[in-house]
Parts: sequence; structure tokens; C-alpha cells
Amino acid sequence: MVTMTYGEAAKNALHEEMQRDPTVWALGEDLRRGGVFGQYKGLPEIYGPDRISDAPISEAAIMGVAVGAALSGTRPVVEMRFADFALCAVDELVNQAAKARYMFGGQAKVPIVVREPMGMWRSSAAQHSQSLESWYTHIPGLVVVCPSSPVDNYGLLKSAIRCDDPVVYMEHKNLWALEGEVDNNDPLPLGRCRFLRKGTDITLVSWSATVHETMAAAKTLNDAGASVEVIDLRTLWPWDKERVFDSVKKTGRLIVAHESVQAGGFGAEIAATVSDVCFRELKAPVKRLGAPRVPIAYAPPLEDTVRVTAAMIAETARKLMKM
Amino acid sequence: MTADPRAPQAARNLDLDRLLAHHKLMWRIRAFEEAALRANTDKLVLGAIHPSIGQEGVAVGVCSNLRTDDILASTHRGHGHTLAKGADPTAMMRELLGREGGTSNGKGGSMHIADFSVGMLGANGVVAANIHITAGAAHAIKLRGEDRVACSIFGDGAINRGPFLEGLNWAKVFELPALFVCEDNGYASTTRTADMTAGKGPAARAEAIGLPAMEVDGNDVVALDEAVRDAVAAIRAGGGPRFINAKTYRLTGHTAADPDGYRARDDVAAAWKRCPITRLAQTLADAGVRGDQLASHERDAIEEMDAVYDDAKAAPWPPLSRAFADVQDVGDPRNGAY
Ligand SMILES: Cc1ncc(C[n+]2csc(CCOP(=O)(O)OP(=O)(O)O)c2C)c(N)n1
Ligand SMILES: [Mg+2]
Repeated sequence: MVTMTYGEAAKNALHEEMQRDPTVWALGEDLRRGGVFGQYKGLPEIYGPDRISDAPISEAAIMGVAVGAALSGTRPVVEMRFADFALCAVDELVNQAAKARYMFGGQAKVPIVVREPMGMWRSSAAQHSQSLESWYTHIPGLVVVCPSSPVDNYGLLKSAIRCDDPVVYMEHKNLWALEGEVDNNDPLPLGRCRFLRKGTDITLVSWSATVHETMAAAKTLNDAGASVEVIDLRTLWPWDKERVFDSVKKTGRLIVAHESVQAGGFGAEIAATVSDVCFRELKAPVKRLGAPRVPIAYAPPLEDTVRVTAAMIAETARKLMKM
Repeated sequence: MTADPRAPQAARNLDLDRLLAHHKLMWRIRAFEEAALRANTDKLVLGAIHPSIGQEGVAVGVCSNLRTDDILASTHRGHGHTLAKGADPTAMMRELLGREGGTSNGKGGSMHIADFSVGMLGANGVVAANIHITAGAAHAIKLRGEDRVACSIFGDGAINRGPFLEGLNWAKVFELPALFVCEDNGYASTTRTADMTAGKGPAARAEAIGLPAMEVDGNDVVALDEAVRDAVAAIRAGGGPRFINAKTYRLTGHTAADPDGYRARDDVAAAWKRCPITRLAQTLADAGVRGDQLASHERDAIEEMDAVYDDAKAAPWPPLSRAFADVQDVGDPRNGAY
């Protein structure tokens, strides 16, 4: 059992995977300086410029080169710096990485991990704050992962690197310094949710940084006498349907909370599927909590006004439970 | 560095066996494209096909200088490149018809024709996307310390997309074993490329990024063969990426469905006289090769590709389950992730 930050956990995972498999390499802007969030610090000295490679400010080339290199026997870890910048490389990710295996009839796979730091962080405003995870869940061929804690960032990054599919791996920028215990050295399975709390009255599903808001809400509700089940989805595609269904069938109530825009968000997919499959067990309508459909503002009070907070989650839960 | 156009072909030191092989291969490409056009007329090719009739010189001049384990990434107009890289025309034609046994098992069609077993990493439906993929393949080759070369062939329209700048810059920064060939046929679909391109053209742009670049007549397969041979040798020896602009002309419409109304008939007729196959045949005849030997290349090629087309017509559709295969391992739709 070791305590480490979310950022260190990812670094340790990458370090161990690079040690284990000489075909793993990372590429991105400023990686030789340890990455913009320090998530690669120390690795350049160990692995040299070939395996921790700097890159020009050419996001499309970074992604496209990774595709070509993955089709040619290596396992690139792509650093996009901010999820927002990955939009400069959408063709390379969506039309190339996600399609190559299928359209070439299975002749090759594209084992890349695309790290896209996401989310609101210190007044970063409209072009450095977005949570676009739902976009990628819409693309056949991609796996989408959004870890919320050091232990998951460690174990899921390991699995993402070992996975033969292109994985969009979205770390939350506000979690880099979060400390937590990492209690094993093994990869964690992709596509599996984590139960953070067991309960019988209501199910709260979330992922990424919103998990911490959800846990705070659950504590308030628990103190008020409700038995709350909290699920950290961890992987958005494939999402752990069966466990979510089982939970909702037990509690009869569901709130899905996420930082990204609510309209067209992945919460809608979960809500629709659960409403369909668990209709008879539901005691209340399924609720979604996401951001209003506005860009993210710079001034802290304006930024805060679009956040999904613990208070909002608790309030919505109370209404569903008629507390 | 421009090949001297005044040097008479007969004065060059010709390797007749090699040129005969080129002649034969160009005819095989021509006959494949003609068969594909027929399949299109017969309504058996369902999607778009982009014939390379008139551009066979580029496919042959470039690919004849690549080893099987060298990498090629191509464009929407990729049949000739794929065939010249060594792919099996039977599997290719089945792919065009969407049949079982196609290169991509019927899932890609003409625009995604690929044969990884001969280093052909795919035609691409997105103009210029193959430039990055080539840089990536070259990057992997360098990381692995191999002596292979990665090559991409793209059109003159592709030089106005970002990957041309980003990919060439990347290849030069990392001194990758990559050859970039612009198949400059003067048009991008229905638009004259020159009307939409600023500056001095593909080679000048490549040179500005630091790649040794040359202009070659892509319809003169003797000249192109030499130019590519030298470029590939320099690249394989660790000399970094290079660029070749191969001038050519597309003798058909942009796609099989394109009536080609934007080019003067006289221009097209004149271009037929510069057809790379005719030109090489003339060179070979001048060097003493008998006419019936050259004619047999044409005849054999047509016979081969007729049989290829007949085979494809008789081939079954892929099983429906194939639609769900090869999507992804984690979240495989066949295991309930939908
Ligand atoms: C990114 C992108 N934009 C547009 C198209 C549509 N398109 C297909 S081929 C083509 C013309 C390409 O011209 P060029 O690169 O010169 O190749 P050529 O067709 O002449 O061989 C266009 C515009 C596309 N496939 N991809
Ligand atoms: Mg063109």
C-alpha cells in the first residue's frame, strides 16, 4: 500500500509498462520537460528521447504518426496536452485510428493510448476546460476511460497501454494533485465500474472529477438517513451496464452526474438505457445532472455557476427520495 | 535537381529486363483498371472508384524500387499502387465488388484497399491522411532500428491540407526513412490544382521544409525509376526523408462516374499521346524489343484481369456476421457492448 498522487500514479504506470514492453513509447509536446502537468517527470532521463519523445505543435501529426507507428509494431502513448487540442486531430483519431482495423478487414490493430487531460481547472476558460468524453463514446472502435482516483489512474492506464484498441484516456486536470492509496501492482479491467459505496435507496453514477462531488453528496444523504449506492463508471465505453442495471433494480432510483454539457452527454445514454431495461423497478424518473449548454467562462464565479456540485446532487436525490 | 529532359532516352543505359517488367506491370494496372471500370458499368462496383489510367508510370516507377517489407500508404486512387506493391489482383477485385476473399474481406472497398502482407498500409478515403501514417510507419522503423523505408503517394490536391506541412516537418525533424511522392496530375477532382494553390508548387514547399526535392516526369517511367532508385538508396542509407513531384495526367474522369466536363477534349487527347505505357513501349521498340513481345504484355494482362473479374463476380458476399467483427476487443459489439 503506497500513497501517491493521481499524476504520480499515471507516471508509475507508464514507467512500469515501458519497462515491461520495449515497444511502448510516448510522444507529445514538451514531454522532455516532463509534460505540462509534470506527469512525465523523470521518465525522459530513464528512457531517452526516442521513447519519451518531444513533438512539434502538430496535434494532427502526433495522432497520425501514432496511428502509422501502431500499424507498424509499436505501442504509442499519445499526449494531447489538453483534451481541447485533440480537436485538431479528430480525423486522425476518428477516421484513421478508430477505423483502420475495421476497414482493412482486421489486417492490423491500432494499439494507441490517447491521453487527453480534461475538465475545468483554475480559470482556464472556454478552450482549455472542456469535457468531451461523450463525443468519443459515439465512435465505434474507441474505448473511453475517465479515471477519478490515483488507484484507478494507475491500474487503468496500465490496461489501456496493454489494450490493442485505440483508447481515449481522459485524466481530469483538477485531480493531478489528489492523493490516494494504490494497493496493488496489477492492471485494472477496462469496462468495469467501481462501487464506492453500497446502499439500497438510490444509485448515483458518475465519473472523473464529479465522482468526488457525488461522494460528498452521498455522505450528506447518508447523514440524513438515506442508504446511497455510488458507482464510479471509470470506463464510459464499454460501460458496465449489467452492474448499473443490478444496482438500479435494487434501489429503484438513479441520478447520473457529470461535468460535461448535459445535452447529448453520456448521462443521456445511461438514462435512456436504464429507463428501458429497468422500467418496472424504477420508483422515480431517472435524473441527469450536467452542465448547461454554455461554454466555460473565465471568471471563477462564472465558472462555478456551471458546475455540478455535491449540493445539487444531494438536493436532486432528496427530491427523488421525497426526503 | 531536375532530370534533364533533353537527354534522349536511347542514350540512357537501359536495363531492358527491368523495363520489360515495368511495361508488363503497367499493362497489368491498366487492364485491372479497365476491368474495374467494366465492373462499374455492370453495376457490380457499388461505391466510388478512382481509376489511375494514365498514371501507371508513377505506381510502377515508385513501387518497383520498394522492397516487399517497405511500407506504402496510398490515396483514394490506389489500385495501381497496391498492385505494384505486390498485392494479389484477385483479392483486390473481390474487394472492389465487396466480396468474400477481398483484401479487406469486403469491408473496405476500393478506397480502403490494403494488403499489410506486402507492406501496403492502405488506400485512404481522406485526402492527405496517408502522409501522417507514412511518417508514423517511418518513425516506427527508425525506433526499431530497421533498414526499411516508408513511402506515401498522394495527389497534388493533398499539398493544401495540413498533413503535408505537419507530416513532412515531422519526417524531417526526426530524419525519418520516408519518401514522399506527389502524384501531380494537375487536378483535384474537377478543379485545376494550380487555381487553388499558392506559391511555386509541391517540390518548392517540400524544399522549404528542408527535404531534398525533385521534379520528375512521372510519365517517363525510365526517368522516374532512376530518380526513385536514388532517393530510396539515400533514404535507406540514413539520409533522411526525400520528396519527389511526379508530373502525370489522369486520362479518365476523377471517378468512374465523372463525365470530365471541365477539361478540354483536345487536352485529354494530347495527353493520351504522352501515356506512360505508349512512351515506354516506344523506348523499348527503339532499343530493339520486338513488337509482338510488347503486344503479348497487353494481351496477357487483359486475359489475367478478365479472369480476375470473372472470379470476383462468382465470389459470395461476406457473411453478415462480418459487419460486427474487427470493431474492437474491449467493448466488442458481439459481446453485448452496443
Ligand atoms: C479531406 C478530404 N477532403 C475532400 C475529399 C474529397 N476528394 C476526394 S479525392 C479529391 C481530389 C483529390 O485530388 P488529388 O489529391 O490531387 O488526387 P487525385 O484525385 O488527383 O489523384 C477530393 C477533393 C476527401 N476525400 N478528403
Ligand atoms: Mg490530383
